[in-house]
Amino acid sequence: MEQSWKKAKAVFAAALGPPLVWLVVFFVAPMAIVWAYSFGHNVGLTEISFTGTIANYARALEPLYLKIFVKSAWVAALTTALCLVIGFPVALAITFASQKAKTWLLLLVMLPFWTNLLIRTYALIAVLRTEGYVNQTFEWFWNLGAKVAPLGAYQPLELLHNNFAVILGLVYVHLPFMVLPLYSALDRLDKSLLEASLDLGAGHLRTLFRIVVPLALPGIASGILITFIPALGAYLTPDLLGGPDSQMIANVIERQFKRANDWPFGAALSFLLMYLTFIAIAVQALLSRGKKKEGVG
Amino acid sequence: MSTNHFRGASRRSLLTAFGAAAIGLSFTACGEKPAPSEGGEEAKLNFYNWDTYIGETTLGDFKKASGVDVNMSLFATNDELFAKLKAGNPGFDVIVPSNEFVTRMAQAGMLEALDHAKVPNIKNIDPSFLNPEFDPGRKFSLPYTWLLLGIGYRKSKVKGVPDSWKYLFDSNQYAGKIALLSESADLVRLSAKYLGHSVNDIPADMLPKIEQMLIKQKPFVKAFHDDNGQDLLLSGEVDLVLEYNGDIAQAMKDDDDIDFVVPKEGSLINSDCLCIPKGAPRPNNAHKFINYLLDAQAGAEISKTILYPTPNAAAKALMPDDYKNNPVIFPPAAIMAKCEYGAFEGAEKASLYEEIITRVRAA
Repeated sequence: MEQSWKKAKAVFAAALGPPLVWLVVFFVAPMAIVWAYSFGHNVGLTEISFTGTIANYARALEPLYLKIFVKSAWVAALTTALCLVIGFPVALAITFASQKAKTWLLLLVMLPFWTNLLIRTYALIAVLRTEGYVNQTFEWFWNLGAKVAPLGAYQPLELLHNNFAVILGLVYVHLPFMVLPLYSALDRLDKSLLEASLDLGAGHLRTLFRIVVPLALPGIASGILITFIPALGAYLTPDLLGGPDSQMIANVIERQFKRANDWPFGAALSFLLMYLTFIAIAVQALLSRGKKKEGVG
Repeated sequence: MSTNHFRGASRRSLLTAFGAAAIGLSFTACGEKPAPSEGGEEAKLNFYNWDTYIGETTLGDFKKASGVDVNMSLFATNDELFAKLKAGNPGFDVIVPSNEFVTRMAQAGMLEALDHAKVPNIKNIDPSFLNPEFDPGRKFSLPYTWLLLGIGYRKSKVKGVPDSWKYLFDSNQYAGKIALLSESADLVRLSAKYLGHSVNDIPADMLPKIEQMLIKQKPFVKAFHDDNGQDLLLSGEVDLVLEYNGDIAQAMKDDDDIDFVVPKEGSLINSDCLCIPKGAPRPNNAHKFINYLLDAQAGAEISKTILYPTPNAAAKALMPDDYKNNPVIFPPAAIMAKCEYGAFEGAEKASLYEEIITRVRAA
């Protein structure tokens, strides 16, 4: 494989060219500008001068913003953990479903992507709010129960505008990101290994944790990564579902770019987030490389 | 203040929600070849406006009257307007920034001085709007609408009239049933107003006090909303909400258990203004259009659609009583006297207020 593309350089260049141009023009260049902003400061109302200052980063590392970073990481980690716990059995079930059912189940997992994230979030608001569907349903049952036993008036559950709603919203949105890589890892699993394990006396649970999980580890790692990263930068969900103390780092960044009109500081915060992402990806790459070496040795 | 409101059920549209406002929509028919009008300008005009912030027939009527074809694009927040014009005017002739942004843009040299001789309909404007501090002598802007922040509340759930900012900022009486507007400058300014200070020139030693007060109040606050407070009120999510009078006036049409009060300490006034940005390609048409919007008939037509308070006295006179005498749209003069415009006090202040609220929310 290594040789073949070197022989057909023209074909290779033609294939790579357009996406590369696209990437540079619409991703690398704008990102570079924002990156440069993070080393500048506001001069007057409309100008930003690039002075190479690191004052923005210094400010971003103040305890106030660090605390928000840590909180965002917490929320993202909890979301990822819940997605893993919920997503793993789902992925496993899809793997062992019949070929026909598999297609349908996968389609169901991807179905939410057909709807805009914003619409789904507003739908969650309608479900969770004080006079939302959950509370209406509970109230109906409560009143039914009140006919036979003295229960008093129904007190609606506080489901919206708190951290619970944010986590619920994030898990709901990110679950497919976890299920799909898990499924693709589990689907490639050699089923005869499972049979061997069961034949040799291991129980189902033991087989799951000693055979399935280790073999699916690369899928689990990439599932964690692609759930954690967008959850860390979540903006819409905490904004719409969160309460007074549900702000995450992306909400702070948004306000810096808009209301505070402090682009350099907003850029520094965004890039700190991006550096964290790079570190996470690097760690994952190192881990998987370590795994491979281990396997070889 | 007022840097970024998706103002009202009307102006805050789906367009805003999807963040697609930047795309802008063209409402005029294509293909009609514009004839040159007097002054050597082609009979066209680019109008950059808030969503649903114009009368149903206004643009068509203006075309009939003047032959000028108006191409309207939409923005959702003042920040968006500012950002779009920051790097140079992409071809707009008339824009509608709010008061604070009039100052900001004038200071940044982004606005063209208006020629009052070309706008005879200035005579229609209520004289109290003609010399505001944010634009002395109306050099750069003419008033289009105004709005007032206050407390929207559910009558059946609130004891009496919550006529003080206390209920929102400094009391646990309605714990868990309060929603505040997530505008840092508005929150800081109104807190200062509650503490007996003007909304402007807040002394530095008052800011920690405001911060402490809001941190103490935070557990009682249900949500910080993006100017959709009327929805939270209508759905029963909260019973008291910091909102604009126009938004609550619209909500009151759907639910007669809702009312609005401007707290006795006074409040913040905003005003959306017609301006000509620097480098406007067709300044003559722009003046003509601004003059038309300030016409009594045209102004009444606009108010009928958008239902915001109008500073146009002649247009107001043509409106029905349920608009003119609506105490929510036009609060009593005694309380209006205690209300102030929030002045633009420099970018550092905006940053400082933002950080205070970030601290409050992180606390």
